[in-house]
Amino acid sequence: MAGTPAKAEDFAKAAKPALALVDLNKAYGALKVTDQVSLEFAPGELHAIIGPNGAGKTTLIHQISGLAGSDSGHILLDGQDITGLPMAARVRKGLARSFQITSIIPGFTGLENVALAVQARLGSSFRLFGAVSREERLNAPARAILETVGLLGRADLPAGLLSHGEKRQLELAIAMATEPRVLLLDEPLAGTGPEESAAVIALLRKLKGRYTIVLIEHDMDAVFALADRVSVLVYGRIIASGTPDAVRHDPAVREAYLGEEGL
Amino acid sequence: MTLSLFLVQTLNGLQFGILLFFIAAGLTLVFGVMDFINLAHGVQYMIGAYLAAMFTALTGNFFFGLMLALPSALLFGLLLEFLIFRHLYARDHLDQVLATFGIIIFLNQAVKVVWGAAPLSVPVPEILSGTVVLMDGLLYPVYRLALIGSGLAIALILYILVSYTRIGMLVRAGATNAPMVSALGVDISRLFMVVFGFGAMLAGFAGAMVAPILSVEPGMGDNLLILTFVVIVIGGIGSIRGAFIAALLVGLVDTLGRIFGPFLLRLIMDPSAASQTGRALAPMLIYILMAAVLFFRPAGLFPVRK
Amino acid sequence: MTPLPEPSTTAAPPRPASRPGFVRREWLPIILFVLLALLPFAAMLGPEKYTLSLVTRVMIFALAAISLDLILGYGALVSFGHAAFLGIGGYAVGILAAHGFQDAALQVPVALLASGLFALLTGAISLRTKGVYFIMITLAFGQMAFFFAISLSAYGGDDGLTLASRSKLFGLSWLENDRFFYALVLALLIGCYALTRAIVASRFGRVIRGAKENPVRMEAVGFSPFRYQLAVYVISGMICGLAGVLLANQAEFVAPAYMAWQRSGELIVMVILGGLGSLHGAIIGAAAFLLLEEILSGYTEHWKLIFGPFLVLVVLFARGGLLGILAKVRGKSGGGR
Ligand SMILES: Nc1ncnc2c1ncn2[C@@H]1O[C@H](COP(=O)(O)OP(=O)(O)OP(=O)(O)O)[C@@H](O)[C@H]1O
Ligand SMILES: [Mg+2]
Repeated sequence: MAGTPAKAEDFAKAAKPALALVDLNKAYGALKVTDQVSLEFAPGELHAIIGPNGAGKTTLIHQISGLAGSDSGHILLDGQDITGLPMAARVRKGLARSFQITSIIPGFTGLENVALAVQARLGSSFRLFGAVSREERLNAPARAILETVGLLGRADLPAGLLSHGEKRQLELAIAMATEPRVLLLDEPLAGTGPEESAAVIALLRKLKGRYTIVLIEHDMDAVFALADRVSVLVYGRIIASGTPDAVRHDPAVREAYLGEEGL
Repeated sequence: MTLSLFLVQTLNGLQFGILLFFIAAGLTLVFGVMDFINLAHGVQYMIGAYLAAMFTALTGNFFFGLMLALPSALLFGLLLEFLIFRHLYARDHLDQVLATFGIIIFLNQAVKVVWGAAPLSVPVPEILSGTVVLMDGLLYPVYRLALIGSGLAIALILYILVSYTRIGMLVRAGATNAPMVSALGVDISRLFMVVFGFGAMLAGFAGAMVAPILSVEPGMGDNLLILTFVVIVIGGIGSIRGAFIAALLVGLVDTLGRIFGPFLLRLIMDPSAASQTGRALAPMLIYILMAAVLFFRPAGLFPVRK
Repeated sequence: MTPLPEPSTTAAPPRPASRPGFVRREWLPIILFVLLALLPFAAMLGPEKYTLSLVTRVMIFALAAISLDLILGYGALVSFGHAAFLGIGGYAVGILAAHGFQDAALQVPVALLASGLFALLTGAISLRTKGVYFIMITLAFGQMAFFFAISLSAYGGDDGLTLASRSKLFGLSWLENDRFFYALVLALLIGCYALTRAIVASRFGRVIRGAKENPVRMEAVGFSPFRYQLAVYVISGMICGLAGVLLANQAEFVAPAYMAWQRSGELIVMVILGGLGSLHGAIIGAAAFLLLEEILSGYTEHWKLIFGPFLVLVVLFARGGLLGILAKVRGKSGGGR
């Protein structure tokens, strides 16, 4: 299993969470998708959220990132209430995300995709002159990040032509380029083959500790190998939250969810 | 400024609104169900008017003319659908705009070749000619009243069709979520053909009905088409109810604005300035109305898709 | 040609059309501009006045089409009311001239300001909407401008107004000279081409292009596309307003017809006909459109019977426009690099 020390208790007790959800709710019509969710994410922890299909995991990420609104409740980033902010503003405050369904700019090269995120952070985007593709201030950091995720060799290819696994990696690179403190990752392993997923897992291990990471993932091996803490979401409700071991042995979890996974 | 003038203009506005509704109804459904932007819907209206003019002249009777014009307009619409439109559904809006723009250019010219460039006129049918006294000093042409009446009747029928029949349910569902409907095993392209043909016929009907009171001429559908867009946008794309309310709103605002705008402005300006500003502002009123609606509700008054 | 997208050191992008050429040297526009610069000399051999006037008109519409391509081709903003800016530019000239202000030194800034302001106001509302709504609302704003022009009874109303002469240039009547006017229009065309080319390759342009392909992604990296789109809409409107100033001078006449919605449609046609999102495609498209109109209408007064179906066929079978066909031909003949 993971080589990280079990610091889950420390994370749980962290005085000032990097990200906190307070009584978050959301309904689509009569369907309650997020039901009184309260969670705290300590600085530097990798916190996995698992749950069956349709549990509301993606919706929760949408709410945190600002892509979807919340009916009630609060989202605090470093203690600051960001509940009403639009997505772009949250990103500028240090909250980045990836999408379950890959979202990149297919006509841009990999390098341009990442440099775009660097540009968003550095500003001056109303500059009308100067060839942006030659700006080393944007390209150098972008290349460094592409190197981290192992895509440097494919940097000049239009992103639309990358393999599925490479696109997932690129999406991580884009998120990293915004220099977030909190990373929300929605199933970064979805649809990747065994080799690709090993690469992404290795990457996540590398990133662990650098950012506060909220990880949604169906791949249980990956989750239990990587996570400091795990929360279980079922029908929009958090039914358990704790160390991987504690969650694995929680009877409610076994009944509601893990039973069918045969863990 | 009298009450009767106000009433006459209100009736005119209603009648104009109903005309707009006929055209908007088909267009909004086609937009809603297929996400297809059809600029050529206005020429359907023109074709309807020409067909009515032709058949009325041939048969010597407006009602026979109407009876023949309606199925012809339907056939013509289906022909266009078969030849061109169905190849455009999967394309983006830009392609659709461009191709249907080409159709407008062609048909506006084609009617000139077939029926001549000079406007045609259609006599008002005997039974519906003349005026009635609605109240003291208020005369109103019977034909226009009939138009309003038939319009309201058709709106009602349409409402029942869309609300209570199976096909209406599919249309509504298609407007909300087309992929879902086709996933349920409904042949969405057949559904669309029905919707499309129906819309073409309604537009043709509108053209046929106004033939006796407006001149039938090339390009008569163009400006109306844009007003129809305004109606659809205000009402919310895909919403029949929205189209109906917005059509009446636009018809009334446009008609009353032209007449009463200058009068109202006189309250705050001197008369000559008021009449000048009024004349400048009146044709812009509905666009200002639309801008205001969209500013507060970017998806129209009755948004269908969420 | 090897279609394999293997990583290579030179990394030639497989789809040049999707990569607005920044570093790539483009020969086509250079050839185009050289040809346009040489044309007046050739024109002296034939009916000079006619040729110059026709090509000047082509270049003016090319300018308008470039302005549209900037937002349509790079931002996917299908503005169906762009002719309004032609009219605003034209009326700025006409109205100022009617009051005795004939100098371009005043007319041009006023035209730019007016078109910019109109773009700012209408754009702020239109850009809140998406897709079909955007098309229809720009169309409607175009009509609004059209009807406003018709209501200007002091300036000819429906009939428009004839200019007593072309604009003065700092008090001088140089524009009356067709050759000079041609050169001026060409210079402005080249200038605006360079300007828009720079814009699409800049930081700003990257935001516009990104928002075209994936607006949600743009927000997820921290951009709010609206402000950038509004800015580019204003820039585009101002360039088109400038084209309007030139058009009024070329025709020595302004009328509401400048703003008719069919005119807006024609501008879109020009952009698509040439090839969307390349800027010089807009020039080629404008030339193709106007020359086709000129030639067809020479044969028959019913040339629209041919032109309408031609458009439909272009959409159905020749996506990518003339540039696309050109690229295909070059691809087939073994890559003309
Ligand atoms: N825009 C929407 N409108 C209506 N219902 C929605 C919408 N988005 C999601 N839902 C519903 O909300 C529930 C939760 O969806 P969500 O995508 O958040 O689940 P998830 O946990 O991410 O599932 P998965 O593991 O399959 O990704 C589902 O029942 C889904 O159908
Ligand atoms: Mg999900």
